[in-house]
Amino acid sequence: MSAVAHHTSTGLDNRKLAMWTFIGSECLLFGTLISTYLVYQGQSLSGPMPGEILDIPLTSISTFVLLMSSLAMVLALAAVTRADRLWSRVWIFATAALGLVFLGFQAYEFTHFVHEGLTIKTSLFGSTFFVLTGTHGAHVAVGVLLLLTLLVRSFQGKLGPDKAMVVEITGLYWHFVDVVWIVIFTVVYLLS
Amino acid sequence: MATSVMTHDSAGDPMSLGARIWSWITTTDHKRIGILYGVTAFVFFLVGGLEALLIRLQLASSGNTVVSAEAYNELFTMHGTTMVFMAVMPLSAAFFNFVVPLQIGARDVAFPRLNAFSYWVFLLGGLFMNASFVFGAAPNAGWFGYANLTSTQYSPGMNIDFWVLGLQILGVASIAAGVNFIVTIVNMRAPGMRIMRMPVFTWMTLVTQFIVVTAFPVITVALVFLMFDRTFGTTFYSVAAGGDVLLWQHLFWLFGHPEVYILILPAMGIISEVIPTFSRKPLFGYAIVVYSGLLIGILGWGVWAHHMFSVGLGPVADSVFSATTMMIAIPTGVKIFNWIATMWGGRIRFTTPMLFAIGFIAMFIIGGLSGVMHSSPPADLQQTDTYFVVAHFHYVLFGGAMLGIFAGIYYWWPKVTGRMLSEPIGKLHFWLTIIGANLTFFPMHFIGLLGMPRRIYTYDAALGLDTMNMVATVGAFVTGVGALVFVFNVLWSRRRGTPVEHNPWGAATLEWAIPSPPPVYNFSVIPEVRSRLPLWAQSGMSEVPATPPEPVHVPDGSYWPLVASLGIVIAATGAILKSVPVVVGGGVVLVLALYFWAFEPFEV
Repeated sequence: MSAVAHHTSTGLDNRKLAMWTFIGSECLLFGTLISTYLVYQGQSLSGPMPGEILDIPLTSISTFVLLMSSLAMVLALAAVTRADRLWSRVWIFATAALGLVFLGFQAYEFTHFVHEGLTIKTSLFGSTFFVLTGTHGAHVAVGVLLLLTLLVRSFQGKLGPDKAMVVEITGLYWHFVDVVWIVIFTVVYLLS
Repeated sequence: MATSVMTHDSAGDPMSLGARIWSWITTTDHKRIGILYGVTAFVFFLVGGLEALLIRLQLASSGNTVVSAEAYNELFTMHGTTMVFMAVMPLSAAFFNFVVPLQIGARDVAFPRLNAFSYWVFLLGGLFMNASFVFGAAPNAGWFGYANLTSTQYSPGMNIDFWVLGLQILGVASIAAGVNFIVTIVNMRAPGMRIMRMPVFTWMTLVTQFIVVTAFPVITVALVFLMFDRTFGTTFYSVAAGGDVLLWQHLFWLFGHPEVYILILPAMGIISEVIPTFSRKPLFGYAIVVYSGLLIGILGWGVWAHHMFSVGLGPVADSVFSATTMMIAIPTGVKIFNWIATMWGGRIRFTTPMLFAIGFIAMFIIGGLSGVMHSSPPADLQQTDTYFVVAHFHYVLFGGAMLGIFAGIYYWWPKVTGRMLSEPIGKLHFWLTIIGANLTFFPMHFIGLLGMPRRIYTYDAALGLDTMNMVATVGAFVTGVGALVFVFNVLWSRRRGTPVEHNPWGAATLEWAIPSPPPVYNFSVIPEVRSRLPLWAQSGMSEVPATPPEPVHVPDGSYWPLVASLGIVIAATGAILKSVPVVVGGGVVLVLALYFWAFEPFEV
């Protein structure tokens, strides 16, 4: 590969800049979903209403789990950068596992709500809540898939320090999805 | 696997037909992808034009019965959808692809396979949407698809499903290309190609792509809501459940108005290249033109509700959006004055691209003036939903965007093919187009002010609008003949066009420093740029030798982008058929293709 291909005008890696651009685009996606949720807040004609059904203590736990996964992601990147095979595997696995735990909480919450009579069809609250948090959950699931791919690559011995950029970019995505959840948690749960 | 190319990639390679087709299917070369975009989008342009001619035939006289009311709904819906998403946007994309890497001195875009993916998704998405005609269920709720016309209650058929899914597919292509070109322009510039040395076309591409990556998520969410309403019974646009149909209008126009600038800014960039070249003068006020483009991109986000004055948003909202709409006319007007000032005192050559560029300015001024008229809510209430609005946006979109695109086609054709288009035939094309377009769209101002509503398949003879409608129809056919003349010009040029060297027009920017057509590696050596007008300035750039002094790496092709886009279309087909296994199957194809894509050996 010629040296020219590595040179960039800003010095930023192309892939990293692409991820930042994509994250900018995703901000508008979640911005639209959250705005719609806010516009329709309190407009539902039938229950269950948010105040009756949302479980703030339980969701605080899952929020904490997702926050900790971001910490694990940071440690994973540090381990990959210093070529520490064992700990890079431990932390990548931990990040993915914490993400899966968060998804487990969400699956439990969704099932519970359906039993309580809140489905995607029930009301404006049901439609906006499930589509907003469901879209976020789908993003977490994609992140878990990326992390598990990194884990497999690590066990194949193909995740050395030369691939730190790939881990960093996955981390960018992961942290973004985490930050979005903080906003959703605040808007949907804490301000309900 | 890496290949090294030393020699000129000539078309006369002893390749079998199959191998040649395969090389196009797997290509990741931005120039070839640009050509694919151009040819495909032009075919869609002809399809959309055919739909327009059918509309004009139906409206040629009062009480006409060329098409039924139902077919008419499908025709105007697909005409708008096709022209916006499958003709003008991808025609601009053809220029982004072919021209931008050359203008910034790059060997390719940042992500060549993602670029191929964008093209295939666009092609398959366009075919998917048009396949609706085969099922007799073409989208029929207008290109704006207002709720609750699109609800299952009022549109029970597959028509709207095709529209919702097709637009989502096309959105994927646009966002992928947007990310790709932002990274390319920000990160892949040749040494010395500082941000304020970039050609205006590259600048406008950058602004356009920023609008694309921010505006398309909004329409995507609006379409997902609609899809969920129709498929899973959600209540986003359901008045019965307390929902507001205006949510759709806000989301659609929040996307839809920036979309207008996605359509026009590339054309403005094109004529900002053409006018200086044929005036033999640098662009007047380069920095102001660039900043005006940026300002249009930003202000474009704050005017959407001027599409909604008639829904009753209240005096405060109406006043704010009226003011922002008038404000956006300022940077637009500034650009027009800059183009005119560029021509002022220049040594003007009235070549075909220059004629189209001047036509752009004239038509865009007319369309801009009627646009400012709409910005006043009381006037807009008289004009909305009439042919006056149709006249306005065709002056800016056909007279503006399409004339700009034709200027670009004539301007860069010799660079793309190595041969000139015929100037006399080109001028005939220009005059037919400009006369036809004005015959069609100018009477529509009066037709509209006299009370003829849009989107209605016929009208009463008592309105007294038969003559003007006939004039408009005749004009449409004159424009159509112009398009055929252009097709003839293309065929003529393939064999008889004058072969050209590097820089047939004597232009100033980097793409003219290399042979026509450019070799597969573009620049034998990445040049160092020392001027904003490298070919006009004394030692404006470093030498680009005729042959590469050392082997140049050229990436191989890949078919995974095509497989990935097939996965998306399979999933969409499953959604039309309401078959979960097909949707899942498409998803699996997509994910597998992305993995093979990620792990195949491919060096940029």
